[in-house]
Amino acid sequence: MMNYFPDEVLEHVFDFITCHKDRNSVSLVCKSWHRIERYSRRRVFIGNCYSISPERLIARFPGVKSLTLKGKPHFADFNLVPYDWGGFVYPWIKVLAETGIGLEELRLKRMVVSDESLELISKTFVNFQSLVLVSCDGFSADGLAAIAANCRFLRELDLQENEVDDHRGHWLSCFPESCTSLVSLNFACLKGEVNLGALERLVSRSPNLKSLRLNRSVPLDTLQKLLMRAPQLVDLGIGSYVHDPSSEASNKLKHAIQRCKSIMSLSGFLEVAPRCMSAIYPICGNLTTLNLSYAPGIHGNKLTKLIQHCRKLQRLWILDCIGDKGLGVVASTCKELQELRVFPSDPFGAGNDAVTEEGLVLVSAGCPKLNSLLYFCQQMTNAALITVAKNCPNFIRFRLCILDPVRPDPVTNQPLDEGFGAIVQSCKRLKRLSLSGLLTDQVFLYIGMYAEQLEMLSIAFAADSDKGMLYVLNGCKKLRKLEIRDCPFGNAALLEDVGKYETMRSLWMSSCEVTLGGCKTVAEMMPSLNVEIINESDQTEFNLDDGQKVDKMYLYRTLVGHRKDAPESVWILGDLTRSEHHEPSLNDMIQDMKLKNVSGDDDFIIWESNNFKLQGNFSVYGYNPFIFFFHPVVGLGVVASSCKELQELRVFPSAVFGAGNDVVTEEGLIRR
Amino acid sequence: MAFEKDFNLDATELRLGLPGTSEESEKQASTTLRISNKRAMTDMNEDSSVAADKKCDQETAPPTKAQVVGWPPIRSYRKNSLQTKKTEAETCGMYVKVSMDGAPYLRKIDLKMYKGYPELLKALEDMFKFKVGKYSEREGYNGSEFVPTYEDKDGDLMLVGDVPWGMFINSCKRLRIMKGSEARGLRCVV
Repeated sequence: MMNYFPDEVLEHVFDFITCHKDRNSVSLVCKSWHRIERYSRRRVFIGNCYSISPERLIARFPGVKSLTLKGKPHFADFNLVPYDWGGFVYPWIKVLAETGIGLEELRLKRMVVSDESLELISKTFVNFQSLVLVSCDGFSADGLAAIAANCRFLRELDLQENEVDDHRGHWLSCFPESCTSLVSLNFACLKGEVNLGALERLVSRSPNLKSLRLNRSVPLDTLQKLLMRAPQLVDLGIGSYVHDPSSEASNKLKHAIQRCKSIMSLSGFLEVAPRCMSAIYPICGNLTTLNLSYAPGIHGNKLTKLIQHCRKLQRLWILDCIGDKGLGVVASTCKELQELRVFPSDPFGAGNDAVTEEGLVLVSAGCPKLNSLLYFCQQMTNAALITVAKNCPNFIRFRLCILDPVRPDPVTNQPLDEGFGAIVQSCKRLKRLSLSGLLTDQVFLYIGMYAEQLEMLSIAFAADSDKGMLYVLNGCKKLRKLEIRDCPFGNAALLEDVGKYETMRSLWMSSCEVTLGGCKTVAEMMPSLNVEIINESDQTEFNLDDGQKVDKMYLYRTLVGHRKDAPESVWILGDLTRSEHHEPSLNDMIQDMKLKNVSGDDDFIIWESNNFKLQGNFSVYGYNPFIFFFHPVVGLGVVASSCKELQELRVFPSAVFGAGNDVVTEEGLIRR
Repeated sequence: MAFEKDFNLDATELRLGLPGTSEESEKQASTTLRISNKRAMTDMNEDSSVAADKKCDQETAPPTKAQVVGWPPIRSYRKNSLQTKKTEAETCGMYVKVSMDGAPYLRKIDLKMYKGYPELLKALEDMFKFKVGKYSEREGYNGSEFVPTYEDKDGDLMLVGDVPWGMFINSCKRLRIMKGSEARGLRCVV
């Protein structure tokens, strides 16, 4: 029916579909929807930068304006991945630049971003507006200076938790006088000084500035001046907050803060004197987000008093020095709370101030809307988890980290299987789960049985046998990311269902029982996976014995074969022919299959043939018996063997896949 | 010999660990053994039985916990910034202001230089030329019109000597030597 609408109408309809998954589904309906969706797609999300190449991205989505890329595996955050593992953004920028793409937004997470990349971005994409870097490294203030100086329409520069070499603080001065478009500026993670005068002038000429997060070097009097110039701020990150409450400077600050009636998000306090917090109280009533997780200077009474003013909080990030009692204050004050993160204030020590299960139970009882949790604690009990599960059945993210990774329930001395089992059984919408504490195979049985929506699972120091991993792989149909460390899972678990890994983004296993031989087997059986072995030991030659246990293995699905930028410490398994693998062109395939090209078109070729050559296995997915999407690398064996009545076959060129939620039609392709 | 089965010898057996932990402590021991074999762990005790004993004893925080690579799972950026704050606090010395009622100007001392209260009080006495009385938990300082007090993290005025030394130096923000009637007022509070 929809085929009778002109393309423009469909395009307009598709504009309302913004979610990646939905757009991916839209593109699978039929050829014309595929084409229209493809040309009208502006935002692309690539969860693993090595699953696809920039060339193929552009071939499929020539109109892309906003790109999100993620690089290193999650455990890189915890120093488990060598610094030079990969995730370089430069090759992407280079290709985008060369192909004339009008890139406007770039969001990167755990990638290596060189100054060269930033410079290239700033000089190539004339309409570049938004740069968001999360947990990235490889750049310095020079790269930031290039962005500031050259991006004439810059709206957003958001640096979150990056390791930046910023010994030169000049970058802020590089924003030209003509730059008045800033909406969001976050440089809280920079350690160095900035030009305060330049900062004040920049804020003065940015009437649209809504979000401003400062670093430690910005002193109080500058903060006061900035607030006077930007009372329209919605999100504020305070750098240094030390003042004498009885001083004139403090009064001026109070006045400035009170003028900012729109502030809903507050963070920072990287340096703070607790006595000064009362100046903040006037704006606390409007806060929906409060992040004090970098402010160990605020604790005890001062902290709880502050929280008592924040009745509208929806998101709270805090340190564990808040204590169980403090969490009780949160529970009785913040009835709208949806997300809570409690970080350890002393990650290296015994954490005498840390919270326990009591605090969590209090919050679960007082905050019924709680749906996202990250909780570092001294201990947890099954009883507490069962209570929490009953109080809060709406968890989407539940991440519990007991500081001693194998601690049992201190009251009963039992493993925490029953507690986590209650969580997965009660929280039917759970998408992300991190486990800790003493755990046996039993908890994984529960997870496999009940966690139907689970997409990401993190396991450490748990389980007794391969059964644990098998319960999860067999049960969790929507699993996308599985990361495991220090568990007794071996080849039997790894090899039970290798096809499953094609339905997932990635699998990480470190300090487990899998061997080199097991990993090689996966690589040989599954050409669509890259199986990487990370070996950081001092041995000059990695022991080639297949029986050798592998220290770290990271495997992920990909459409572009082995990457070429891996360092020496990373081995990509698979036979040599596959590592030089390239996709045969359509012409190659046509020759092979003795098909006649009946009609050529930009988008498709219609073939007629009596002759099919069987080649290997692959998966077929089709909405319509006359339209097939399949991976061009593999043959048509299944089509030939199953579609005996086939009269018409339409084959789409190798650009037929997406870079959607991971890779789009590849997901459809692989679906069994 | 048959009656030995009726004695619950396990219950009275002396061992490390909480009562009723026979199976669990073994499980923990095997878990610990597994951990001990991991190459990622540094400084792990190679002697598995000693490690197992450490795990069984729930009261002591296992000293090896801090050395597990990548645990607790906190982003390096966050770990580094907390570490910086701690180091700053540790390396700079703990200088606090000391005021004495009636004195024209204040002094500063480094709390880290002293091992305990007697040394600190002696240093203060020398600095300001006075003598404190005798300390007792019940009555505070008896026998002198001078009383050493301090302001803690919460901004409250506290009597020096009530809390353990370690806790004191971590919470003391400034010292104040009170004198005269105000000081006596403190003493009267029992």
